[in-house]
Amino acid sequence: MNSFGRPLTRNEDPRLLRGEALFVDDVELPGLLHVTFFRSPHAHAHLLSLDVSAARARAGVVAVVTAADLGDYWQPGPLLVPPPPVPGMVFNQRCQVPLVRDTARHVGEPVAMVIAESRYIAEDAVGDIFAEWETLPAVGDLEAALAPGAAFVHADLGTNVAAEVHQARGDYVAAARSAHLVLKRRFTYDRGASIPMETRGVVAQWDPRADRLTVWDTTQAPVVIRNGLAAMLGLSERQVRVVAPNIGGGFGPKMMMFYPEEVLVPWAAMRLGRPVKWIEDRLEHFFSTTHERSQIHDAEIALDASGKILGIKDEFLHDTGAYDPYGLTVPLNSQCTLLGCYVVPAYDSRFTAVFTNRTLVTPYRGAGRQHGVFVMERLLDLAARELGLDRAEIRRRNFIPADAFPFDQGVIYQDFSQLSYDSGDYEPILDKALAAIGYDDFVARVQPAARAAGRSLGLGLVCYVEGTGIGPYEGAKVQVQSSGKVSLATGIGSQGQGHATAFAQVVAEQLGVDLRDVEVTTGDTDQFYWGVGTFASRGAVVAGSAAHEAAKVVRQKVLRTAAAHFECAEEDLVLADGKVHVAGVPDHAITLGKLAGLANPMRGAVTPGTEPGLEATSYFGPASGATASGVHAMIVEFDAGTLRPTILDYVVVHDCGTVINPLILAGQIHGGVAQGIGNAFFEQLAWDENGQLLNASLADYLIPTALDVPRMRLEHTVTPSPLNPLGVKGAGEAGAIPVGALFAQAIEDALDLPARGIEILEMPLSPCRLWEITQRG
Amino acid sequence: MKVTIRVNGVEHTREVEPRLLLSDFLRHEIGLTGTHVGCEHGVCGACTILWDGAPARSCLAFAVQAEGHEIRTVEGLAPAPGKLNPLQQAFQDAHGLQCGYCTPGILMTMTAFLEDNPKPDEAQVREALSGNLCRCTGYQHIVDAVLLASQA
Repeated sequence: MNSFGRPLTRNEDPRLLRGEALFVDDVELPGLLHVTFFRSPHAHAHLLSLDVSAARARAGVVAVVTAADLGDYWQPGPLLVPPPPVPGMVFNQRCQVPLVRDTARHVGEPVAMVIAESRYIAEDAVGDIFAEWETLPAVGDLEAALAPGAAFVHADLGTNVAAEVHQARGDYVAAARSAHLVLKRRFTYDRGASIPMETRGVVAQWDPRADRLTVWDTTQAPVVIRNGLAAMLGLSERQVRVVAPNIGGGFGPKMMMFYPEEVLVPWAAMRLGRPVKWIEDRLEHFFSTTHERSQIHDAEIALDASGKILGIKDEFLHDTGAYDPYGLTVPLNSQCTLLGCYVVPAYDSRFTAVFTNRTLVTPYRGAGRQHGVFVMERLLDLAARELGLDRAEIRRRNFIPADAFPFDQGVIYQDFSQLSYDSGDYEPILDKALAAIGYDDFVARVQPAARAAGRSLGLGLVCYVEGTGIGPYEGAKVQVQSSGKVSLATGIGSQGQGHATAFAQVVAEQLGVDLRDVEVTTGDTDQFYWGVGTFASRGAVVAGSAAHEAAKVVRQKVLRTAAAHFECAEEDLVLADGKVHVAGVPDHAITLGKLAGLANPMRGAVTPGTEPGLEATSYFGPASGATASGVHAMIVEFDAGTLRPTILDYVVVHDCGTVINPLILAGQIHGGVAQGIGNAFFEQLAWDENGQLLNASLADYLIPTALDVPRMRLEHTVTPSPLNPLGVKGAGEAGAIPVGALFAQAIEDALDLPARGIEILEMPLSPCRLWEITQRG
Repeated sequence: MKVTIRVNGVEHTREVEPRLLLSDFLRHEIGLTGTHVGCEHGVCGACTILWDGAPARSCLAFAVQAEGHEIRTVEGLAPAPGKLNPLQQAFQDAHGLQCGYCTPGILMTMTAFLEDNPKPDEAQVREALSGNLCRCTGYQHIVDAVLLASQA
């Protein structure tokens, strides 16, 4: 019966496999209207005039809404994450607006909303809209944005600085002065997109008789959307139901709130008294769903002669796009994650977030951690080369020792707590990875033999930490149904993480029921009222722990009710197979369903201090996040002519504490690595000097296919987290975080670039870009 | 104009605009929402259906073009309500899906592939799968699922 920790297949799969599962675009309602947006064709322009009369006149068009039509409903969106409490910090808040009123700040920013009887008519009517624009210089390059004479994304600010944060501890200047070696490099990381296979969408229905609004939304945070919509629309929270049904991949950008479409579609449904649907098309997705990753780091490392880090100094620019509603989560993650698995006695890190005339930047799987890992791992590679040290050895010498946890990093993290690693043990992970990839044999035999045969084989080996499972809290309600099945509801949404199985395993473990008899509901605010969202690899840690706590309370209630029924002590009872019996008398068992009935009697009283039914709601809020860690190792071959990589072996050794379901965990790692490979060698958003996105289709922006992602081999170590009752750490982003650094090292190794004086200091790459770089030598 | 299309063995007649996409016909005219739409430009493969037994992108065809043809969708795979066919079962057993959005298109592509090639090796599966994008799984468990189904 034990299901916790086993590689069990998923509860949610059969409905998905039969095409029965509900996604947002599957919602059909009588009288449904369809929305298409007229969007800015310019990255930066004044809107001089807007003529929607022809669109309004088209047959089948119900309404065309402009900023002027919104009246007081036109408001900039809320700031989701306030700036961190770092002394001297600067933060300029400029949040996105529902529709462009006078100035468009990125291509694709919505200008008018067309509502029609069909999507086809709405698309036609968008072509009827005429706008007159005065184009302005587009801000794109981060350094040019800060140079004198730059155009301002927000003219009223008089600067393109969105934020400045300086965090330092120890004395870097002294560290550099006493160092045997100081290395300084510029590292760049460019933009990519998350590309969930399901684009965004919103359906809203106002029911005047029930006096309630129902919204189906592809969001990762339905509860927060409910609260925000209620406030904006003048409703109480109980009047709004937000459902995030099956979501076709999230990866972070569906955590962004509030997208203009999310604000406008419910408003339109209430105004028009008819249900309204908007489904983003893939072209819109490229322009209007948030991006990530653009940063420029000027980083410096100081080491002693043995390769021990004395200090690191880093100054970086972070592209936040046209608005900054998500605060500083991404650059803070970069700043903190750079410290990695290592002891860094002196750290001086300063970043400037910069407004640009590009799509907004919010967290995308990894959420800034990639950059920190890239900079640190590259610095270590370069230092190892200078010092004549093996790349594994320089990492080993700088690892935080296993007896040093909890390990305080002395900086403020994205959850505004002091960054402290809860637990970890890094050397065994490295040793496992070295053994699995055959490191010594590769260096001594495989690579020299390949080189002799004219083949370009390289190995990559990088380490990383992943801050996961941050607060504030999540909750869960566990209830025994009269059928004997157990229901679990939580406020977070699911985008494919297997919550309906992993949370069921947590509950099944406590209540002795079959995994298939635990029915999990996520993402429906009518099923569970409180919650925050699915982000930062926190679902299993925070909501999973809440489910565990609630199930424990229900278990006590089950035993108490059964003890009364059997007139025996609770200690004499056995709870298994969905039934309770007195130890030694298995033939006289009572089912959980019957016990649920006994706990909700039709006669007699519920005594003070007790509640009807077998039900409990619990909340869990960790004081700080749990820190997972790992090592990725890869052997890759490059075609000398085309510079196309073929990954010959890929190993991930990972420690995310206690594992709830190894099968689901493997899937999370595999998917993360695939996105990491895309981010390292396929995916780069290309812009021209006018801020136009040049590759906004899946034919031009290539994401990895089954031919590009190798078979991966996974191994695990386990250092449980002391911060939650399950001992778990998050795993959602682990696969994606270190792949850029891994590719950079493996490319240098494969093509023997150091011998030619060439270093890989940028991501993403492509065969084309790699060819350009290798021509420099 | 009037169009009659056989989908999963059942004839559906509707009055449609000539420009109506087959994907929209399936999803919104006859309510078979298991076929998903991921890009509407023929790249991602989420909307793949079987057109007279061969995989085709339903977002790149007009509904009227399907007149007189036999269309098969994900809803037509299971042998009975509440059941899974061997390929679907293999996807569950091998954890071959996460969010499940690309899954119907992949199931249809692989259904045709396995009919043509009942005992494929991994390289052949990956080649056949390479026209369908998945952003969640890294493909490994999908490949495992197809190989598992081929051994059944």
